[in-house]
Amino acid sequence: MTWLLLNWPQALQLAWTHVLLSVPAITISVLVAVPLGRLAHRYPRPGGALLSAASLLYAIPSLPLLIIIPVVLGIPLRSSATMVVALSVYGVALLVRSAADAFGAVDARVRLAATAIGFSPWALFWRVELPLATPVLLAGVRVVVVSTVGLATIGALVGIPSLGSLFTDGFQRGIAGEVITGIVATVALALALDGACALTGRALTPWTRSARSEHAGRHTGPVAA
Amino acid sequence: MNLFADALTWLGDPSHWSGRTGIAQRAAQHLGVTAGALAIAATLALPTGILVGHTRRGRSLVVAISGAARAVPTLGLLTLAALALGIGLQAPVLALVVLAVPSLLAGAYAGVESVDPVTVDAARAVGMSEFQIITRVELPLAAPVVVGGLRAATLQVVATATLAAYVSDTGLGRYLFTGLRSRDYPQMLAGALLVAALALLLEAVLARLQQLATRATTSTPRHGAPARLAASLEGHA
Amino acid sequence: MKLRTRTALTAATITTALALTGCASSDPLAQEDAASQSASSEIVIGSQDYYSNEIIAEIYAQALEAQGHAVDRQFRIGQREAYLPELEDGSIDLFPEYSGPLLQYWQPETPARLADDVYAELVTAIPDGLRALDQSPATDQDSYVVTRAFADQWNLATIADLAKVTEPLTLGGNSEGENRPNGPQGLKNAYGVDVAFSPIEDGGGPLTVKALADGDIQLAIIYTADPTIAENDLVTLEDPSGLFLASHVVPLASDAVDQEAADTIDRISAAMAPEDLVALNARSVDEQAPAATIAAEWLRAKNLMS
Repeated sequence: MTWLLLNWPQALQLAWTHVLLSVPAITISVLVAVPLGRLAHRYPRPGGALLSAASLLYAIPSLPLLIIIPVVLGIPLRSSATMVVALSVYGVALLVRSAADAFGAVDARVRLAATAIGFSPWALFWRVELPLATPVLLAGVRVVVVSTVGLATIGALVGIPSLGSLFTDGFQRGIAGEVITGIVATVALALALDGACALTGRALTPWTRSARSEHAGRHTGPVAA
Repeated sequence: MNLFADALTWLGDPSHWSGRTGIAQRAAQHLGVTAGALAIAATLALPTGILVGHTRRGRSLVVAISGAARAVPTLGLLTLAALALGIGLQAPVLALVVLAVPSLLAGAYAGVESVDPVTVDAARAVGMSEFQIITRVELPLAAPVVVGGLRAATLQVVATATLAAYVSDTGLGRYLFTGLRSRDYPQMLAGALLVAALALLLEAVLARLQQLATRATTSTPRHGAPARLAASLEGHA
Repeated sequence: MKLRTRTALTAATITTALALTGCASSDPLAQEDAASQSASSEIVIGSQDYYSNEIIAEIYAQALEAQGHAVDRQFRIGQREAYLPELEDGSIDLFPEYSGPLLQYWQPETPARLADDVYAELVTAIPDGLRALDQSPATDQDSYVVTRAFADQWNLATIADLAKVTEPLTLGGNSEGENRPNGPQGLKNAYGVDVAFSPIEDGGGPLTVKALADGDIQLAIIYTADPTIAENDLVTLEDPSGLFLASHVVPLASDAVDQEAADTIDRISAAMAPEDLVALNARSVDEQAPAATIAAEWLRAKNLMS
């Protein structure tokens, strides 16, 4: 691992840049997809169209999206903003369906009971639906986290620095150690963020902890695709 | 409407459709690479997933491997494989197989797992062998979820197969790279539209397939088919 | 009815989204805020997506920083088609370029071939706001390369000799090379040689060399400063018809680069001999040292850190 020994400061720098691209994108994805998913669940007809549009969006290959975004938004191609927007688009496309399913998993009777007690729609969302939807939602967020960290590497093909730059540079110079470092770093970063999400989820939903062991073999929730 | 219109003009040009570097040829290559990668991934993932779902053992291991594989950046794997294997299709197919396995695996084990254990027990009680249970009870009932996994995997592979063009002269990704590097953005956007169209087509086909599979297993809401199957099996005893 | 409404809504959503893509200019690389760049005293140094170019750019950056200038490094942008617009509109101030290909980019039909002719024409061809600093003796030229075995088999010394080869020829190189004047079209026009093109995106790197060795391609474009030519016993074919212009390292500078900075860069250019560039590249590929280290040690060795 000569390359790593000589170049670890640069590798760390790129890893940090990668984090700065991924985390804002994941945050934006969550902030946009959760309300959209809620709406899609509440109003099934436009909701269905929205979900279809989301899966179509996911079908757009990433390189052209990176070119289209600066055109539409008027920002420079090589800026991190372009990458964050592109990652957010894919994040939202991935998360919206999970979010809709998550809100769908909330028992309608609970919602009715809360309304009967006198919860306002706002309180209903924040204090009843969102907490109950969190487990399924979190599964979706974890998928988005891993997907976003992996996808951010594509930026290197258009001049946006990230851990992906280790791939293109290692490729050019024939240094396999550099490419391997990039892969390991990306996977490590993805798994670390994924773990953080899992821990957060467990902290946010204490009521599922005892229930989990009961339902271990029977849970037929959405496939984490 | 400049960029979009230019892309459509590019697509409309008949000379771009024929020949060795024509759209028809490249689309066929793209489909070929996708199909090949999915086939290999399926041979690896489906039996494993079905086994894990059936025996309900090894689930956490499989989930962990699946999660880690999902985290591997395809571009990285592709360049690494290419450094070892040279130009051509070997490296991209390898990377795409790794990409497709997690979704297929998840679809397989989640689908088989979700079959009502009562039904499986009933089948076992009737005297079906394990193999018969898997093929005649679990797989048909798991089909919707398995096809769902296939759908997710296909979508990812079709969109990512564009990277095959990074190390070989194959697929619709060539328009993306050539367009990107020569700043011929209409060509690049045209390539993107073609890939998206291909993805949509496959999505539609697989969605229909999933619909058919769901209908075959649920004629009444929720546990219709398994209930009927269990009932018919109980009738034997 | 439900399916049709949903399809219609989906179609409407997509069309709206796609229509947005057309609502702006067709050049996504046009940087908008060139004006704000000229206000700051920072010098923006760019480099190609090519490790050798990055080393040279890093050398410029460290020398200018030692002099007290603020430097903004924007390396690994891409190839000429991607970064030149940024130079032209003032978003980038300093860039290590290569005289021949750069001249051909602005004047594809230029007759200039020798180093001094190319430089003289380049100076006149450069758009306003940019200028060429002194060119360096260091060269890094595109060249057509075959394996030793292939050259011996067909007795090849020049590109013209390729016409003798009776088996089908495939050229491997970056995809932008397919349409450049010295690509397959140039081979046909200048030498009457037909080649198929196989795109390999590693800039004459390890994949290209492997493809040559494996026989997947017979001809490749590899830069003369690349250490792999010597290491892999490859043969550079001579170019009597001047398909490739002489290509020396020449810094492109905007008006943000003042005289003091320009003098520093000129000193660097003068101190860099062709062997130096090959050695720098070898350090990068063989020793796997980072550009920053290679640059720093070269500047110290040449006593250029003021």
